[in-house]
Amino acid sequence: MSVFTIIEHDDGVVPAACLQALTIAGELAAGDTVEAVVFGPDPGLGSVLAANGVTTLHVVDHELVTDYSPEIYGESLAQLLKQAGPAGVVAAGTDRGNEIMAQAAARSRLPLATNCVAVTADPGAWTLTRARVGGLLLEDAELTASTKLVTVVPGPGDDVSASPGASGLLTQTFVPDLAADFVHSRLVERTERGSGVTLATARVVVSGGRGVGSSEGFAPLEELADLLGGAVGCSRVATSNGWRPHSDQVGQTGTKVSPELYIACGISGATQHWVGCMGAKTILAINTDPEAPMVTRATYAVTGDVHEVVPAVVAEIRRRADIRAGRRPALA
Amino acid sequence: MNVLVCVKRVPGTGSTILLTDDGMDVDTRHLGFTIGPHEECAVEEAIRIAADHGGQVTVLTVGPAEAAEQLRDALSMGADHAVLVDTGPGELDPEATADALVQAVRQLQDEAGARFDLVLFGNESADAGHYQVGVRVACELGLPMVGGVKGVELDTDAGTVRWRRPVAAGVEVYESSLPAAAGVAEGLNLPRYPSMRGRLRAMKAVITTLHVDVAPSGLRKTGLRRPAEERPATVVLGSGADSAGAVVDVLEELGVA
Repeated sequence: MSVFTIIEHDDGVVPAACLQALTIAGELAAGDTVEAVVFGPDPGLGSVLAANGVTTLHVVDHELVTDYSPEIYGESLAQLLKQAGPAGVVAAGTDRGNEIMAQAAARSRLPLATNCVAVTADPGAWTLTRARVGGLLLEDAELTASTKLVTVVPGPGDDVSASPGASGLLTQTFVPDLAADFVHSRLVERTERGSGVTLATARVVVSGGRGVGSSEGFAPLEELADLLGGAVGCSRVATSNGWRPHSDQVGQTGTKVSPELYIACGISGATQHWVGCMGAKTILAINTDPEAPMVTRATYAVTGDVHEVVPAVVAEIRRRADIRAGRRPALA
Repeated sequence: MNVLVCVKRVPGTGSTILLTDDGMDVDTRHLGFTIGPHEECAVEEAIRIAADHGGQVTVLTVGPAEAAEQLRDALSMGADHAVLVDTGPGELDPEATADALVQAVRQLQDEAGARFDLVLFGNESADAGHYQVGVRVACELGLPMVGGVKGVELDTDAGTVRWRRPVAAGVEVYESSLPAAAGVAEGLNLPRYPSMRGRLRAMKAVITTLHVDVAPSGLRKTGLRRPAEERPATVVLGSGADSAGAVVDVLEELGVA
């Protein structure tokens, strides 16, 4: 039996997470067909999908399927699954992927395993491993259902752009049966984020916690982040004390970051925070407590007060830049 | 504007999680518990909505008898009523949890005459993180449901609500007709600390206990484990301001300075 996958796209750009889900769908199909589902008109995904082993593209077409709506997308998927009866569906564990799958699962009364890190097809059931608490715990589970629904944790990778043209892909239009008064949420406003370094995509994140002590205390961290072309983050303590907005919070209930370098200033490294930054390639911890979990898990550590260490690092970067530029360095 | 908030008893944020010897559950003997951070914001928002628009706040949880502690936390913040669906120790799968919540809501509606204009959930639980219980409950109750919400704007005259949620590309605003449901996320507000008066009131409050029958679903947990950590030993670069040189050496080596 075939395995379906959902392709989210933003103006024809397919996120890496969806291609990763597609790869796993291919493994689970084990020789059977992999079929993709796209909502709204096909922006020319054919060649990208065909190159990744997809044989059929189901295009969900309905006058209500325009902007994203969780209930409409979920109901449409549920109806498609009822008609096509695939062995399973693999979607990306993105906010939207999890939301569509939860809606479809609820409406189909099927079980759903979200945020899987491994899935194998065994006779009768899929054996899987899910990430809990941002990946700090792993849950092994068995999924038994007529159609098995899973989402997979996104990994690092590059987005792919659609390229219109012949692909040999079979395209099938699916028109869901949606009443005009179908209960749903309507997207009424969308504001695009301006360009610039964001916490989620920054190469360097300079983050502060309890040890920073106040909102003013973040000034040297801002300066260091500026010098390194990075973004400023913070721990939950900094947010609850009102030192930083919640949008700066790194952690399980904030943003999960995976920069080249994460500089943790005065952050003890509780579980809640650790799961937000453990994806960083390198971690530098600055803390007065050499036994703090953040220090013992970091790649590099400095023992000391962030109020002394961070300004000294900023001064040292400036001094070396001045030397490189042939200027006489300012006296320390 | 009557608001129902569904909360979950979870290990305190930042707790070190140990597993039971059989690897099937989290060892709770030495853990402190809390309302999940997302749900704590849901409780706060519900209390603010009831204060602004009138109406009552009901908190509902499915879990062990000890979850009464989290209901009292919500009552001490200012919720009016608390309902516990005691499903005993051990974890339910997400479909069974949703089923228990739906049965409880129906009992409250049919037997106690309750009517809810808004039903709020945390976007996902802080421990199991199945990302679906709220959606399942909303679907079963015939309510529209938006997740990841960090802003709520009610228009009681029009009978609508606007949900604001940040996404990778920016911010999306959804509109739903009331009654409606949402999964909210931390950052929606800064939850209050309970007052002494609130705590005393919560101690005396009566918690309604409901019983439901639920069956396990096709998602069966077979065990929990910790992933292997592969971090090499920490390299200590020095202490205090004197470490600046060594730090910048590392920054240059990494190609960021």
